[in-house]
Formats: sequence, structure tokens, C-alpha cells
Amino acid sequence: MLTRRIIPCLDVMNGRTVKGTNFANLQDAGDPVTLGAHYAEEGADELVFLDITATVEKRKTLSDLAKRVSRVINIPFTVGGGIRTVKDAASMLEYGADKISINTRAVDNPEIITAIAGELGSQAVVVAVDVRPYNGEWMVVTHGGRNRTSRRAVDWCLEIWERGAGEILLTSMVGDGTKKGFSLDITRRISESVGIPVIASGGAGTPADFYDVFALGKADAALAASVFHFGTLRIVEVKEYLAAAGLPMRLLERKENETEI
Amino acid sequence: MRTAIIRYNAGNIRSVTNALNRLGVEPVITDDPDELLKADRVIFPGVGNAGSALSSIRENGLINLIPRLKQPVLAICVGMQLLGEYLEEADEEGMGILAGTVRRFPPSAKVPHTGWNSVHSLQDPCFEGIKEGSYLYFVHSYYLPVGEQTVGICDYSIPFSAAMRQDNFLALQFHPEKSGTIGQDILSNFLFKGESYA
Repeated sequence: MLTRRIIPCLDVMNGRTVKGTNFANLQDAGDPVTLGAHYAEEGADELVFLDITATVEKRKTLSDLAKRVSRVINIPFTVGGGIRTVKDAASMLEYGADKISINTRAVDNPEIITAIAGELGSQAVVVAVDVRPYNGEWMVVTHGGRNRTSRRAVDWCLEIWERGAGEILLTSMVGDGTKKGFSLDITRRISESVGIPVIASGGAGTPADFYDVFALGKADAALAASVFHFGTLRIVEVKEYLAAAGLPMRLLERKENETEI
Repeated sequence: MRTAIIRYNAGNIRSVTNALNRLGVEPVITDDPDELLKADRVIFPGVGNAGSALSSIRENGLINLIPRLKQPVLAICVGMQLLGEYLEEADEEGMGILAGTVRRFPPSAKVPHTGWNSVHSLQDPCFEGIKEGSYLYFVHSYYLPVGEQTVGICDYSIPFSAAMRQDNFLALQFHPEKSGTIGQDILSNFLFKGESYA
């Protein structure tokens, strides 16, 4: 049976991992490759590396990172941040990334989704969608939630699917950084509307939050950053909790061997 | 031992190379027919669009060479699909080494089939030491049906071939290079126990 996936996200700035509440007050949490390898050993199903460096050199640092990660890590990983063209995306894949993630670029120029999917295949394209409710209507926002767009969340996700993306990374700005749980209703509405997997993000605080986003939010995967970075939760604990609750989970062989010994 | 990776617009060549490096193998990446013919193992990777992959191996002439290879050949994902009889995605014939039409998953399932799925009915030397029900990483929208050549099955709304085998050709729909330590063990079995594929 296809498992639900647990995906730690590593925000990277100038080659180092960072994460803070609501994207402000960033704190250093180590070398991305070392941390990524640690997560892979802990049972992460995939990794996402998001470069938030605000300089023109960021594509170069991101491709260097993809190259380093690919050498060491034997599970799939996505890179995002500063990818603007089909060529940028292709070079990330050449360096060993499995998927690229685009966000604002896709909102500004949806045609880029079609172009990258056409060239590299749907499986390589993750479109990140940040959402927030305004008077009860979930809208797409950009720039860490500061800019509101005129796009409705569900409509935009349907367009992303129709344009050939392979996955949606849905971040609720209500939940992001709060550890108060995922936004279940909008996650479920989007996951049930589109024919591609949805990765839910924003709000993970407890193992029960992960259970809810799978069981009630109908997410295919769940992404979290700070709870893992700061050791609030261990990936292996979350996965064991979810497996015990009856969700299909990939638990690592090594774990079983340890128990036998 | 000389291991060659077939060079074409496959997408995951770097990932496969890195996985081989982790096993202590330094592959040559080539589209030169002589290099491919004299390699001890050949890996035919692939991810992405089958139509453009098919055009690519037609342009460099490898579409005629690959079926003639006699050493153990490992085809991965889209590489596997190109060995099929007919590709729905490209609306073209494949190399015809594997029986069946490569079809798209029914719309009842989310496509691409993305993530870790369990495999069963494993019956190939590449799965030596791999438990039934092990999880492997899949990412694809098209599949080969279960048939006589099937040596591993995965279920995603319908059962499909996770692995197929025809003489020296081993074809895997999942990505062993991205399937953690289990995937690494499968690659290692193919590389170092490859006599059984000759």
C-alpha cells in the first residue's frame, strides 16, 4: 500500500539551515547536507530544501547544494527558491534533485508550470501554494503571506493540476510556525479537488496534528520544519505513532533489527 | 568490472551515478555503441516524458542497439517503459522486449503515483535478501501490466509490474537509486550477482 509521507523541510540561507516562527526571527540549525542525512536515517520519506537567500547568487548556491545532497542522500529530494526558467529547473535535476519547487514565479507566470512539466515531466514539478483566509475565502498569498493575490486557493490548485504539475505543496499561513495544527478544511478541499498528490504544510506541533492532516485533511504527505529542527518531535516517533494509529507508513528496517537484538 | 550508464536526456543520470559511487562503482556515462557493447553491466535510466526519451534514443540510434545487448542490463522507470511493446504516452511502439502496453493509471487514482509503496511476489535474484512487502520509491504516471515476465508486483488502484525480467534484461518501475538502503541492496544484487542475468 502507498504510504503517507513525512517530509522535513530545510530552509537554507547562505548555505546554512534556518527556520523561525512565521519566517521571522530565523535561527541557525546547521549544515543542510548533514541535517538532511540525519533526517533520512531517522526515516524521512523525502526532503525539501528551500533556499531563502535573497541574492542573485542563490541559484548557484542551490545547485551546489543539490550536487552535495545527491552525493550523500539516497532518498528523493526537492529544491526550491529562485528557480525562474525551464533551464534553471533542468539544471537542478541534472545536479541530482528529483523535483523542483516553484511558488511566486508560478503565480506571476503560470505558463512556467506547463513549460517545465512539458520539458522535464510532471513528476519533477512541485508548485508551492501559500494560502490564507480573507472573510472566509481562502486566497493565494505570496512573499511569506505579505502579498495577497486575486486567486482563490482551490481555483489556483485546479489550474496547477491542469497545467501538468506533479504535486502541490500547500502551506497555510494561519498555521505556519504556530505549532497549533494544520488547516484541515482547506487541505481536504484541495486534496479532494485535484488529481495529484497534496503535501500539507504549516502548523505541525504534535503527532496528533499529523494524524489529523492525513485522516481528516486527506493529505498525501505532510511537511514540517521547526518541530524537527529543534527536536520537539523526532520523525521516527511521529511515524511510529501514525503507524500505530493505522496509517500506512514506511518504518525503517534498521528499527526492526534493533528490536531483535 | 565495467559499468556503463546509457547517456540520453534521461534526467536521473546523476542520481544513478551517485548511487553507484556509494557502492564503490565508477560508471562510464556514454552513448558510444562500442563502449556499451563491451561493458559488463549496462544501466538504462529514465524519468520524465517517455515520448521525448524515445525520440532521444531514436536520434542517437540506441533504440536499435539496446535490444542487442547481451550483458546484464538494468532499465529503470521510463527506461523500463521504453522496453515495452507500445507506449500510450508517446503513442508509439517501444522496443518490445517486455510484453504489454504501457498505460496510464486510471483517473480514480492520483497521478503521478508518487511515494513509497510496498512490493510483493518478488522472484528475481535482484531481490535476494529483500523482504516481501518492502517499501520502494515510485514516481510515474504509466505502468506495465502484470504478465509472465513480472518478477515483482505493486498495487496502486490496480496491480502492476514493479519489476520484470526477460533474459539479461531486468526492468524496475521504482527508483532503486532513491529507495534508501533497500534500493541500494537491489542495485548491489544486480551489479555483483549479475551472472544470473547473462
